Amino acid sequence: MLQAADLTFGYGETPVVRGVSLEVPANGFVGILGPNGSGKTTLLRLLAGTRKPQQGIVRLGGTPLLSLTRAEIARRMAVVPQETQLAFEYSVLEVVLMGRYPHLGAFEVEGPGDVEIARAALTSTGTLDLEARMFSTLSGGEKQRVIIAAALAQISASAQSAEQPAILLLDEPTAALDLKYQLETASLLRTLHVAHALSVVVSTHDLNFAAALCETLVMLKDGRVIAAGPVDDVLTPGRIRELYDVEAEVARHARTGHLTVVPVSATSAHRRP
Amino acid sequence: MTSITQRLTLTLLVFGGLAVAAILLGPLIGSTPISLARVFDRSIPFADNPDAQIFFIARLPRTLAGALVGAMLASAGVIFQGLLRNPLATPFTLGVSAGAALGAMLAITFGWSLSWLGIPAAPVASFAGSLMAVGIVYLLATARHRGMSTNVLLLAGVTMNAFFSALILFVQYFADFAETFRILRWLMGDLDVSSYQPLVTALPLAIFSFATFAWLARPLNLMSLGPDAAESRGLNVLGAQRAAFLSASLATGAAVSVGGPVGFVGIIVPHLVRLLVGADHRVVLPASALFGAAFLIGCDAVARTVMSPLELPVGVITALIGGPFFLWLLVRRT
Repeated sequence: MLQAADLTFGYGETPVVRGVSLEVPANGFVGILGPNGSGKTTLLRLLAGTRKPQQGIVRLGGTPLLSLTRAEIARRMAVVPQETQLAFEYSVLEVVLMGRYPHLGAFEVEGPGDVEIARAALTSTGTLDLEARMFSTLSGGEKQRVIIAAALAQISASAQSAEQPAILLLDEPTAALDLKYQLETASLLRTLHVAHALSVVVSTHDLNFAAALCETLVMLKDGRVIAAGPVDDVLTPGRIRELYDVEAEVARHARTGHLTVVPVSATSAHRRP
Repeated sequence: MTSITQRLTLTLLVFGGLAVAAILLGPLIGSTPISLARVFDRSIPFADNPDAQIFFIARLPRTLAGALVGAMLASAGVIFQGLLRNPLATPFTLGVSAGAALGAMLAITFGWSLSWLGIPAAPVASFAGSLMAVGIVYLLATARHRGMSTNVLLLAGVTMNAFFSALILFVQYFADFAETFRILRWLMGDLDVSSYQPLVTALPLAIFSFATFAWLARPLNLMSLGPDAAESRGLNVLGAQRAAFLSASLATGAAVSVGGPVGFVGIIVPHLVRLLVGADHRVVLPASALFGAAFLIGCDAVARTVMSPLELPVGVITALIGGPFFLWLLVRRT
């Protein structure tokens, strides 16, 4: 679905992402884990094609991103940023309809079909009742859902065009949310992943969020991949120590069935080999 | 919720009606009353018909200049606010007016003449000055960054405004009293237009700019989300930013070359329009252009009559309305 090979990128002299390769399988759910400043956001930008790698290549469905137009990429891949601040007062429905941009010609306006798609996206994120509200008046969790709805509207095929497998990239979707909204976002993403056969890539530093949701994990430290693979193989006390300098216990939770990470203490410098 | 097509049609009808009414009524208002019936009375030869002369030679070009300048400044304001993602930006934020003022002032002070071309030098020099200012700002904003940094744009614009103002003071030192008076009048923003020639000169630029604005409406909606989000929704952000910067700068430069730096039109009009029609640029842009035309014609009618027979520069009226309005906006936002 989405492959990255040997990506290197830096904003100045020092690279932020160094030789990263990863693969998102069709209908996969991949978590990118790493501490603050490990290059997660930059890696997502490279995968989304909003930054061009200085080395390496990203392929979407086998085609190099650089040989696709921005609209072609946008029809198959949508990004949900950490936070969305609008410069002007738009209604929720207007924000979601903006997702239809890559499906319309330069002077074309949204038709009833597009409004239908936008409403369906609002319905599947449980925000249809907010459609007439001004986006700026929503809570953080509501904004998050509306932006996810806009992303869904963006990758929904029009009635006349063939359905293509689509992919959703989310940057730290829970960083600004309280516990309830974190859980709601997690269950929403799981539902979308299953119901819409969406591939999902989510960056996070929340180990338990990742363990509950993802099928495979990529651990990123200082812009390098230090581990990648199925959750059970990657989420080990040793890897967590390497990634975060934290001693943690990992156990399978009896009720949820997910791996659960309990941080115990910060690794002191003198105990390091 | 009504569809965008319906909202656009309604907007064009309402604001278009307002603009047409202003253009028809504008020439009738002034210190000398004229009769519309006599203006269009074909039985009186034009040379013997003072009403028609006042209408067609003195007031209609001025009214049309008001319409053109108002429409260009108001819609350029919308574009700059969208480009900079800052509702308090104006067409003059990036140094256009200061550059234009410097150009006009050099032409006036040193008596430059383009009479061999049949056009006055000050508008041409002001247009050149505005292009120079935005050219420098553009080079600064794109020099060190991938793409265009709106922060650098803003800072460079503010700095250019200050630097050009210093140059203006410096040049003014060499001007005599008559020139100083002309310069001051120019800086106030004045629609003292008494021929159709400046309008004809500015028209191609206006048409180019408005055509680009029409294309920019949807990209500007997306850019409200931020550059990365806009790009991931399929927009070529850098291309849209360049087009916005270029077309809005040209429109502002052309407007200033006709009417001088008439302040506040580019911020009052877009804000009132957004309060009425919402934020969608596809509606805001045409509505602002039409309302800007009507607004400036109205302000000019006030300027010409409020201290009759004295004719105030229209920039004084827009500034008297605009200053308090701007402060109200600031307070409302915080």
